[in-house]
Amino acid sequence: MAEAIVRFESVTVAFDGVPAIEDVSFEIFPGESRVILGAAGSGKTVILKTTLGLLRPERGRVFLFGHDITRMKEHELFDLRARCGMLFQEGALFDSLTIEENVAYPLLNQKSVSCPPEEVRARVEEALRFVELAHTLDKYPSELSGGMRRRVGIARANVTEPSLVLYDSPTAGLDPITANNIMALIVKERDVRRATTVIVTQRFQDGLIMDKYRYNPQTQSLEPAQRDGEGLKFLVLKQGRLVFEGSQQELQRSTDPYISKFVMRH
Amino acid sequence: MLDFLKPPVLTIQEFFILAGRTIRSIPRRPHYLNDLLMQMDIIGVGSLPIVLLTGFFSGVVMGLQMSRALQTYGAVSQTGPIVAITLVREMGPVLTAVAAAGRNSSGIASELGSMKVTEQIDAMRALGTDPILKLVKPRFLATSFMLPCLTAIADFVGMIGGYIIAIGLLHLTSAEYWNGAYRALEYDDLAQGLIKPFIFGMVVSLVGCFYGLRTTGGTQGVGRATTQAVVVAIVWIFALNALITKIFVSR
Repeated sequence: MAEAIVRFESVTVAFDGVPAIEDVSFEIFPGESRVILGAAGSGKTVILKTTLGLLRPERGRVFLFGHDITRMKEHELFDLRARCGMLFQEGALFDSLTIEENVAYPLLNQKSVSCPPEEVRARVEEALRFVELAHTLDKYPSELSGGMRRRVGIARANVTEPSLVLYDSPTAGLDPITANNIMALIVKERDVRRATTVIVTQRFQDGLIMDKYRYNPQTQSLEPAQRDGEGLKFLVLKQGRLVFEGSQQELQRSTDPYISKFVMRH
Repeated sequence: MLDFLKPPVLTIQEFFILAGRTIRSIPRRPHYLNDLLMQMDIIGVGSLPIVLLTGFFSGVVMGLQMSRALQTYGAVSQTGPIVAITLVREMGPVLTAVAAAGRNSSGIASELGSMKVTEQIDAMRALGTDPILKLVKPRFLATSFMLPCLTAIADFVGMIGGYIIAIGLLHLTSAEYWNGAYRALEYDDLAQGLIKPFIFGMVVSLVGCFYGLRTTGGTQGVGRATTQAVVVAIVWIFALNALITKIFVSR
């Protein structure tokens, strides 16, 4: 069996002594997807940031691409982070840079990404075309709507074609139509590049779209997929603890009051 | 029992860790030369108006105050030396640093604080950039280099302010004022007048970066970080000024 891309071993992350996630363990293998569900403040974002080494665990160990990053120094992490892309909750675009400069940032600043300077513009245009925002190159993030900023964030996360892509609440605060468009883009990115994808969300529908649809390159649209839980698992967090890991069917069959309430609510 | 001491001690410890990391980062690559030049422009050229005005009026006020005191002893001719020594040793470095703290510590704290609360700092780290190298080092170097330059300018315009009073109100000749000022200044005064702003520059930038990078709590947090940065930077300036002056006086 292939080596896990991400492995958490009894990980606890705390702020001022208060655990944000506690004793969390899971693994993600190449090509798989994970949907992490949980209420606000349940530790979803903390899991993503700990995966990239942006937060350090108090206890337990974190492995990324087989490397123990638990006590790794910041500069040692850069090569591993270059193999990952992350969409932050509000996009986290650099507001002093144009959209072109934002999307070009990982190409120009990640040492292990070998992109000749003359190819940068073409790669940026391609990434923005993928999210249907090729016309925004010279604009600044403040000139775009929330949904457009999220799409630019997706382009920036994927421009280096990373093996692992993390999405932090990509649909939070968006209207249902825009939210579905964003999810369609995430499914498209996942299926076109076969990237390992982790998405944290409060919306059960986001997980359903990830599970029930796939991108068809011929028709260039999403179509229903017969996945039967293969390669996609749901994780549910409750107050920092992992209370469920399984397929969508198992999730919906769960009799746990928190999980069923969570699922039913959506 | 001493739990109440923990937060300030931790804060000071974190500040010195940031200072240590910043100093260690100076020779490390990559060097963001464009960011350094931009910060030198923002901090140096951008602070010129306030430094020129505060420096000039300090010289004017000192000339006026000295005129009264010196007339009592019939020593009006000493206006030049006194204005020069006071400006170069104390007023120039401290007032320039306080102006820089008000303008730049707050600016740095609010800029980095906004980046922190909107996760731009995390995004930067995730995208392969060390925020110490990209954000802190250019501001640290720019402020440490530009503050002595600004102080020299403030000293000069302050002496012009004193000169206007000496000529206009005290009826001294240009030669009396400038020769007196020139003769009064020693290399020791110049060293003191340039070492102080160099150290104040480090403090002003580091305090701004420190409070900016530890900002939490949204826009309210950014406002809080900005205020804290200015207050702490000014307190540090006066405390360090006392310490450096003591060292020079004791020599």
